[in-house]
Amino acid sequence: MKEMIQTKRKSMDGKSNAGTVRGLTGLGALYHKELADHLKSKRFLILLLLIGSTGFASLYGAVTALSDATGSDYLFLSLYTASGSSIPSFMSFIALLGPIIGLALGFDSVNSERAGGTLNRLVAQPIYRDSIIIGKFLAGTAVIAVIIYTMGVAVGAVGVISTGIKPTGEEVWRILIFLTFTVIYIAFWLALSILFSVFCRHAATSALASISMWIFFAIFMSLVASIIANAAYPMNDEYSMIFNSLPNYTLRLGLNRISPYYLYSEAVSTIMNPTVRSVNVVTVDQLQGAVTGYLSLGQSVLLVWPNLTGLAALMLIAFGGSYIGFMRQEIRAN
Amino acid sequence: MANERENVIEISHLTKKYGEKTAVNDLNLTIREGEVFGLLGPNGAGKTTTILMLLGLTEPTGGQALIAGMDCARHPLEVKSMVGYLPDNVGFYSDMTGRQNLRFTGRLNGLSGRELEERIDRLLERVGMTQAADRRAGTYSKGMRQRLGIADVLMKDPRIIIMDEPTLGIDPEGMRELLNMIRQLSEEDGRTLLISSHQLHQIQQVCDRVGIFVEGSLIASGTLAELEEQIRKDGVYLLELNVQPCDDKLLGMLYQQDGVEDIKKEGNTLLITSKKDIRSDLTEFLGTHGYTILNLHQRGGDLDEIYRRYFEKAGQNDERNDSDKKKKHGWKK
Repeated sequence: MKEMIQTKRKSMDGKSNAGTVRGLTGLGALYHKELADHLKSKRFLILLLLIGSTGFASLYGAVTALSDATGSDYLFLSLYTASGSSIPSFMSFIALLGPIIGLALGFDSVNSERAGGTLNRLVAQPIYRDSIIIGKFLAGTAVIAVIIYTMGVAVGAVGVISTGIKPTGEEVWRILIFLTFTVIYIAFWLALSILFSVFCRHAATSALASISMWIFFAIFMSLVASIIANAAYPMNDEYSMIFNSLPNYTLRLGLNRISPYYLYSEAVSTIMNPTVRSVNVVTVDQLQGAVTGYLSLGQSVLLVWPNLTGLAALMLIAFGGSYIGFMRQEIRAN
Repeated sequence: MANERENVIEISHLTKKYGEKTAVNDLNLTIREGEVFGLLGPNGAGKTTTILMLLGLTEPTGGQALIAGMDCARHPLEVKSMVGYLPDNVGFYSDMTGRQNLRFTGRLNGLSGRELEERIDRLLERVGMTQAADRRAGTYSKGMRQRLGIADVLMKDPRIIIMDEPTLGIDPEGMRELLNMIRQLSEEDGRTLLISSHQLHQIQQVCDRVGIFVEGSLIASGTLAELEEQIRKDGVYLLELNVQPCDDKLLGMLYQQDGVEDIKKEGNTLLITSKKDIRSDLTEFLGTHGYTILNLHQRGGDLDEIYRRYFEKAGQNDERNDSDKKKKHGWKK
């Protein structure tokens, strides 16, 4: 009898030691499953097609625009930033359509498991509950990274072949930073859609909620910002314009920067245009005696570092919200 | 082994409150190793909540549940590695095949390589799903999902299996298979089973002991014979009687009988409530007065009656039951 107890105790000790290892294998298995699910899904194919076709359309526009352009020192970057033949640039396409990738990957991640009855089977396995949501987020982010880096590099490659422009080392770095920014930006939307999928019982509701957030930030936020700024610092007559134009603009900018869409656009246009020297208001006074020139890569990055921090923070807040929500939620069978 | 069965599940003063509502109220229950325990109760009695607390998926408001000596709320991972849970309406990833679903569960339990594949094959064979294993789980019928669910639970080779409403929506043939499987799991594998259900007849056939759970409280538990005994002790007997001819004179005479408390008439059947067993007296009496007994049946003994009786008992000091009774009366009129 004593022996039995001892061996039992031993096996129990072994088990608790294996707890952390087991938690990690659980996360690994979940990550692999989610990744395989995404990659095999029709959804992924559609997204790839959408981003692919817009990417190459914008490249076509950029190439036509470039043929009229006079020499710039950063010609290769123009492949991503130039727009022509009324087709927006790759950069603005991604800023507008990128969120769709994140939203499509995440909007049904938790509530579909709940509805399908797989969630309570999953939480009954010996894994930490948080590895479920972490696995989902990591797998989604990995898919986003695959799509974005593939598209970014593909557009560049086709650009090299079709125009014969060779990228310099600095340009390559700028493009990589741009793509990394994009991944973080889209990961924010993924986190947001996971947040909605945790709190909305139906996948349709969470899809609608996340799409409305996307439209709000992409289109209406700037309108709201200018309405508030104009209300706070009216610019009705010349007299008030003298005093109010600076605070009005600063307030509007500040409000706009709440929107991840604006934050991202500002950051990547700075990274991709070495001529951009400031993201804030510049007075004529400050420009006096300035020599026109390009900003070095390090300085460009420094300029948008706050944007990067802001984006990453927004992403973590959204993910943190879904994490807490998921951990505190009751797992009911019905 | 059999005579020194240890208590594998010990629940003491377990309470769960959702705001004002008490889902589980001071539950005390012990389940021994290798036993099949049936947790019976109507919908919303707190069965699922109890199960979730056992798995450490819901935090108890008070009290504790121990599985193999481990606190379910404190060591959920260790508990979940030896407890298999078959939820009601079990779901699978519809885009994956049955085999892939099992493989995923196996990986979550730290299995891999040949051990994993062999176990999948063996379990598919055992539940009779080998044929359908490589079809997408989305195409499975309810019964097939249930069978795959059992294979899924067995992936981790659990010591304890908890099934939540396993009999729901299963056809009679599937039911027979399920009950056979439950018996096998208990007798051949020596696993402990906790089955929650509101369908009495099926559970009656396989359970060693049952607990009756109403509105968050366990109002009785024990073997069927023990429960029956308990009711008998209350001294209430219910007799079903069909006689020919069935006239008003008979009713009056029956009321005169020693021990008879109340008589209700349901169609041609008389329901006689009495304080003692009056069967032999009644047979003699009716025989001598020229009545023919068509049917004489003492209720109790089957779980249905026990269940009904306990519900009545639990409801006596409950207001909701009053309104139910009123409804019944209204319906009768």
